[in-house]
Amino acid sequence: MKTHTLAAAFGAALCLAAAADPAERLADPAGEARARSLFRETRCLVCQGESIDDSEADLARDLRRVIRGQVAAGRDDGEIRAFLARRYGDFVLFRPPLDPANAVLWGSPFLVALLGLGWLLLKPSRSTPDTPLDPAEEARIAALGESRDN
Amino acid sequence: MTAELGQFALVLGLCLSLGQAILSFVGRARRNAVLTGAGEGAALGAFVAVGLGFAALIFAFVTSDFSVVNVAENSHTEKPLIYKIAGAWGSHEGSILLWCFALTGYGAVLAVARRLPWSLKAVTVGVQGSLGVLFVGYMVFASNPLLRLAAAPVEGRSLNPLLQDPALAAHPPFLYAGYVGLSVVFSLAVAALIEGRVDGAWARWVRPWTLAAWSLLTVGITLGSFWAYYELGWGGWWFWDPVENASLMPWLAATALLHSAVVTEKRGAIASWTAFLAICAFSLSMLGAFLVRSGVLTSVHAFAIDPKRGILLLGILAVAAGGGFFLFAWRAPTLKDRSAFAPISRESALIFNNIVLSAVTTAVLAGTLWPLILEAFGKQGGVGAPYFNLVVGVLMGAAFLILPAGPLLAWKRGDALGAAQRLTVAAAAAALCAIAILALVRPVRAMASAEVGIGAWLVFGALTEIVERVHGFRGPLGESARRLRGLPRGAWGMSLAHLGLGVFVMGAAFEGAWKVENAAVLHPGGSMPLGAYRLALEAVTERPGPNFDAQRGTIRVTGAAGHAVCVAHPERRTYATGGQTTSQVAICPRGIDDFYIVMGERRTTPDGHSAWLVRGYLNPWARLIFLGPILMALGGAISLSDRRLRLAAGRRAAPRPQLAAAE
Repeated sequence: MKTHTLAAAFGAALCLAAAADPAERLADPAGEARARSLFRETRCLVCQGESIDDSEADLARDLRRVIRGQVAAGRDDGEIRAFLARRYGDFVLFRPPLDPANAVLWGSPFLVALLGLGWLLLKPSRSTPDTPLDPAEEARIAALGESRDN
Repeated sequence: MTAELGQFALVLGLCLSLGQAILSFVGRARRNAVLTGAGEGAALGAFVAVGLGFAALIFAFVTSDFSVVNVAENSHTEKPLIYKIAGAWGSHEGSILLWCFALTGYGAVLAVARRLPWSLKAVTVGVQGSLGVLFVGYMVFASNPLLRLAAAPVEGRSLNPLLQDPALAAHPPFLYAGYVGLSVVFSLAVAALIEGRVDGAWARWVRPWTLAAWSLLTVGITLGSFWAYYELGWGGWWFWDPVENASLMPWLAATALLHSAVVTEKRGAIASWTAFLAICAFSLSMLGAFLVRSGVLTSVHAFAIDPKRGILLLGILAVAAGGGFFLFAWRAPTLKDRSAFAPISRESALIFNNIVLSAVTTAVLAGTLWPLILEAFGKQGGVGAPYFNLVVGVLMGAAFLILPAGPLLAWKRGDALGAAQRLTVAAAAAALCAIAILALVRPVRAMASAEVGIGAWLVFGALTEIVERVHGFRGPLGESARRLRGLPRGAWGMSLAHLGLGVFVMGAAFEGAWKVENAAVLHPGGSMPLGAYRLALEAVTERPGPNFDAQRGTIRVTGAAGHAVCVAHPERRTYATGGQTTSQVAICPRGIDDFYIVMGERRTTPDGHSAWLVRGYLNPWARLIFLGPILMALGGAISLSDRRLRLAAGRRAAPRPQLAAAE
């Protein structure tokens, strides 16, 4: 249940003016769009679970300015992400980097899928044994057939 | 006085739950029908007792009895009546009471179910009673909603204004009816493992309960998502917040269970997997309750951290889920899987569904718990929407591609070529959809066009399924019409649910890709563009509400040619109690699109005039996002009304799934 949160109340009250605030925008629309998509991947470190795209906190505003500055300076997304992770730690990124430390996180769903698929493909062949009857069974069936004939 | 009576009733409910468990188990062990009958009576009594406690809490809220702690902390005399009532389940204590009410309610329905075999029923009622002991006990001793204050305040602290909303008033009852509905499935699985009869007949008893819980859960999650969409004012509808994930995990498990139970019922296959899923589904419900209620994952929704309750809830989770899984590990190896099927068959398709849903559940679980796991290793890290969208999107995409073929494949050995031929029209129509969007919608987004195409593929696939069943376009029209009337409701329900899924996928893909957003600081009289439209702020007026004061904007939306589209009234509301300010979003539906308009705080411009920050979104196809799940839930309800579900395999009928606890 989504409930009870001063955080949400404050969030809703505060975040309205966040990243879309016309005063902050870059002049170049392509760069602005790129900056916005980076904002959505960047955690506002002081405001529980919000991205800096949503947050009106001072830190989020500073980070937006920094990222917009780097976008304007022509750095690519990877460079900016690496810069953010270097300065604030991995926690700042909502999308954990694909590295050994996060292997379980990224790998576990696909491991489950592969195990399941492996089972599905191997199982039917395994469980369809048409085992030949042993002589005693053959004899019994023959006897049953005879008794019906009578 | 009523609060004390309510207290008494809750303690009585605990005692009766204990009686329900002991009488049922002892009765089963001694093969004594009188004892198990008494256990069933205790189940009914526990429901009535907890119901009385719940009624006492609602009464305290309605009469604003501030001598009750919970009322003083969550209610206010000026609050409208509906939110006084909803306040009863708005707090931690109240929501646990709602949980217990649903749990004992399902127990009571189980007790009067007539079609279960005696021994299985006795153990099921006993397990349900044990769950009752755990949760009602937790409520009475650690989370009592009816405690008194020594000195009653004159006025209460009121409910968080964001929660004073019709969708959110109805959200918890549906959600909890769904969560807790899975408890019956859990009890049935545990009982069947104890009794050693996890088979086709058992799967048939499991299905109606799963369907009921799944449908209610679908409605509950949709209501919550819709609330977040129009109340939080962020323009989004799903945030991958831990609290949302907590409700999604049991839903995914229940969806998998619905499909695997079909395989077990019809073919006697994967019985142990179905039992495992049945235990998983309610365990994930309990895990969700623990994550949300303990505040262990602080999210935008979370509660203040209360370690004592958290540890108790974790203990309940460990005992109930741990017990279930232990029993499974112990007994499952004795279950025999007799059936054989080809790699291309209905069984394989349904198992593929289960594989994907398991992988998705794993992703949601891993992503939700990852910050906790990292913290245990002294590291920090976060997982957000980008991870979930990518992993869940890839996995579900794979499932959606083969979904329409599933119902067209025969059991045991399916005809892949035949199914492909019958789906040619649907595939062509879906491809046409994607190409049309690629050609007509700007900016060009190939990936999103393909995603909408996949949604259309599901929709046309569901329609193909119905057409195929009635031999449409292949025989005389009268014959098809006769077959259409004779189609079982289960078939209608399944097709409608798959169609709803397609509608949802189309909406989610389109809205995600072609949402238009703009924001500007506007004076009354000013305007800004939004896509091909214009938003003009005409006036801002003061409007008093029942327990708030509002600044109400009048915003006119006009089209490119200057024609009027609609007039929206977003508000800024200031609540006298607590002094919180919220934004009331104005949504103008236009066909299936939404104009979504939010007004921010007042700003004073350098020349001394008042101006407001106005944010506008054009959310194309947003209505489909909420229509889809409603169709899915409706499909579940239609399936539930199918006569065949009430006919037990080889016997007269299966338990009647009544939704008493949902009320």
